[in-house]
Amino acid sequence: MRKQWGLLAVFFGVALVASVFGSNFLSGYNLENLTNRTALFSILALGAGIVIAVGGIDLSIGSVVCLCGIATPWLLVEHGWPAWQVVPVVLGMAAAIGLMHGLLITKLRLQPFLVTLCGLLLYRGLARWVTGDQSQGFAGEFDGLRSLALGRIPVPFIEGYRIPATVIPLAVLAVGTSLVLTRTVWGRWLLATGSNESAARISGVPTQRLTIAAYVACSLLAGLGGMLFIFDIGSAQPSDFGNFYELYAIAAAVLGGCSLRGGRASVGGIVLGTATLQVLRNAIILLGLSSQLEFAVIGAVLLLGMTADELLLRWRERRAERRAPSG
Amino acid sequence: MPTVPATLASPALVLRACGVSRRYAGVQALDGVSVEIRAGEVLAVVGENGAGKSTLMKIIGGIVAPSAGHLEEIGADGAARVMRLRGAAEAARAGIALVHQEVNLAEDLDLTGVVLLGGEIHKMGWLDRAAMDARARVALLRVGLEMDPRTVCGSLPIAARQLVEIARALATNARVLVLDEPTSSLSSHETDRLLRILGELRRDGVAVVFVSHRLDEVMRIADRVIVLRDGKLRGELHRGAWSRAEIERLMVGREVPARQPLVQVADAPVRLELREVVTRHRRQRPVSLSVRRGEIVALAGLVGAGRTELLAAIAGCSLHDGTVMLDGAAVPAGCPARVRHGIAMLPEDRARDGLLYEESAGRNISLAWIGVRSYFGLVRRRAEAAMVDEAIARTQLRPAQAQRLVRTLSGGNQQKAILGRLLGISPKVLLLDEPTRGVDVGARAEIHEAIRGAAAGGAAVLVASSEMEEVLLLAHRIVVLHDGAIVGELSASAATEEAILRLATGGARGAAEAA
Repeated sequence: MRKQWGLLAVFFGVALVASVFGSNFLSGYNLENLTNRTALFSILALGAGIVIAVGGIDLSIGSVVCLCGIATPWLLVEHGWPAWQVVPVVLGMAAAIGLMHGLLITKLRLQPFLVTLCGLLLYRGLARWVTGDQSQGFAGEFDGLRSLALGRIPVPFIEGYRIPATVIPLAVLAVGTSLVLTRTVWGRWLLATGSNESAARISGVPTQRLTIAAYVACSLLAGLGGMLFIFDIGSAQPSDFGNFYELYAIAAAVLGGCSLRGGRASVGGIVLGTATLQVLRNAIILLGLSSQLEFAVIGAVLLLGMTADELLLRWRERRAERRAPSG
Repeated sequence: MPTVPATLASPALVLRACGVSRRYAGVQALDGVSVEIRAGEVLAVVGENGAGKSTLMKIIGGIVAPSAGHLEEIGADGAARVMRLRGAAEAARAGIALVHQEVNLAEDLDLTGVVLLGGEIHKMGWLDRAAMDARARVALLRVGLEMDPRTVCGSLPIAARQLVEIARALATNARVLVLDEPTSSLSSHETDRLLRILGELRRDGVAVVFVSHRLDEVMRIADRVIVLRDGKLRGELHRGAWSRAEIERLMVGREVPARQPLVQVADAPVRLELREVVTRHRRQRPVSLSVRRGEIVALAGLVGAGRTELLAAIAGCSLHDGTVMLDGAAVPAGCPARVRHGIAMLPEDRARDGLLYEESAGRNISLAWIGVRSYFGLVRRRAEAAMVDEAIARTQLRPAQAQRLVRTLSGGNQQKAILGRLLGISPKVLLLDEPTRGVDVGARAEIHEAIRGAAAGGAAVLVASSEMEEVLLLAHRIVVLHDGAIVGELSASAATEEAILRLATGGARGAAEAA
């Protein structure tokens, strides 16, 4: 919980600065947009968080977003497949990618960093090659399908702000993940595997199966996220769609309290971490800072946040030490 | 550096700790301890786990700063000077070297690299390998290691690495050598060698301070013993004026329970049976062995005899040939399957293979249980809490708080948490690899009690232990391994320390096979 309070403070701090100095921050349109982007990126970050919790890392999230996101309009429009076939095929492809990562990492004992780094190159390359590096879009059709991301649900008694439809899948996934992590044997096992794989295995935990499941979940969420992203924006370039998304996902998960050493995860923290990053990006634009500064600002704020957090923790420990009764 | 003559009537004072205290996150680890350290003398520090021994060693070694009190250095002229050490490097400059409890040498470096780590000989940054090798060779010889200094450290057995650590301390020209439980992972003849080397260093005028749980070796080598309990100094005893009973009384502060009579198991049905089991140990030969319900069988042997590998194979952690039978039926391979069938193992290295370090004691205890007793994948939290409380009571884990982070517990209580985890699944077979390594006298008795309780409940128990006392105290039957093979078997009534040792060192193989 400690991390989340600090994060909450940063979130509101940035939001406060943005709403005071940027004129449109609190406008319904902007908030709607922020909610939508937070929901989309949170889906990716949930996957990153699960893999980090089991003690791994997935650098291929952005490329899986690209491959699955691009494949959706490509199959629908260029190849004329029906939607009821496209959705399971694309999600199946994402799951297969995760399964491959998991098998390579557990059975062949390859390092997750390297396996998924190769994935990062591989899937983007594939996406560019298959489409001839051409922009893919829905050509003004498939509005029904796209309303999964574009839909807006009006809130009674509130004018100008409607809840983006992407909040629904996020809510379902977040609640589901949270329940699995805290209430089920598999969640306990996942965290135990992340904190000490050897101890977990000796205690009878099927650690390999859990690791594989975590990578499948991560890629599946990235694939689903890719679809929702492309529904949202309508068309995208294979060369840049989803670039750096894995870093947003990982940064959000770590901000939200997932330890890169494994064994820790908090769904609420992951969503809050994503929201903080999105508000930060939004603030940079609204405050009229050069968009070229975006990465620099995000990097600096993250670094400051983590440093402050660590210093605060040490200060508290020292204070607890001093206050404790002697003997 | 003052040179001290080898024979000295009253050893010269070199270092003094004056009322040092240390508090960690609300726990008073050390409370106003004063101690004098003299050249040419071996000072032993004994006490139960959590008594503050390691903390005192870390303060003397400069790794931890005292929250109250200070260290004084005594110069050649006898004048005292207050020292404020910040880190091991400053301590090394002051002639103090600390050899840690866990041997953590850089595994990829060669011996020269390790021995001279931080003290490399160089000319403007370029390493002078020849000079370094020569100096490393001298340091290694002092600890009795006649080895090529270019040997890669990771290839050495633990006992040799321990000696390398000491060589490293000597290479810094240490006047004070501090060893935190140097013998806890050594077999008995490796311990002998280490003690002999410490004796030689004493003769050379080095002040040796060492921590140990084993009173035998303390009484063999030490000139002086200090006893710590609950962070306070409880007594200081000199050679010739001490008794084992008195040291134990000072350490424990309460009576140590006596040996329990063994329950008879001769007629009980066979629970665990190994048929021609061959593990991945480099020289393993087929092992056949059966253990009855309620029987405790000890696996004795030297380090490297293949005990750990055998237990790991039975637990399903490593592959093996041959068959493991439970109650007359073969058990499938793999840890999860074996645990489901009720075969549970307490691993040798609890930090590496046992504990979820950042989790609570409760989470650590219920880890094996939740897999066996879940409700369609849901954790039954009330039943879990009840099971955890029961395990805490059965193992006498202290403090009896399920929420307490396991890393804040003492070694003995961490071990109890893992034991509680295993007992939680009501194991049919309990495999214990060095169950009381680095565990104090009081906790050891409590762990033994829990093991006996599990056996009384019908479990077949296999214990691998390097502690002869423990083997003789606990087991119905003692099976001795040497070089990957069973070389003999002794009943509890017939076994003596000498008989076990003779078999373990391969001395009586012919006789054992003939018998």
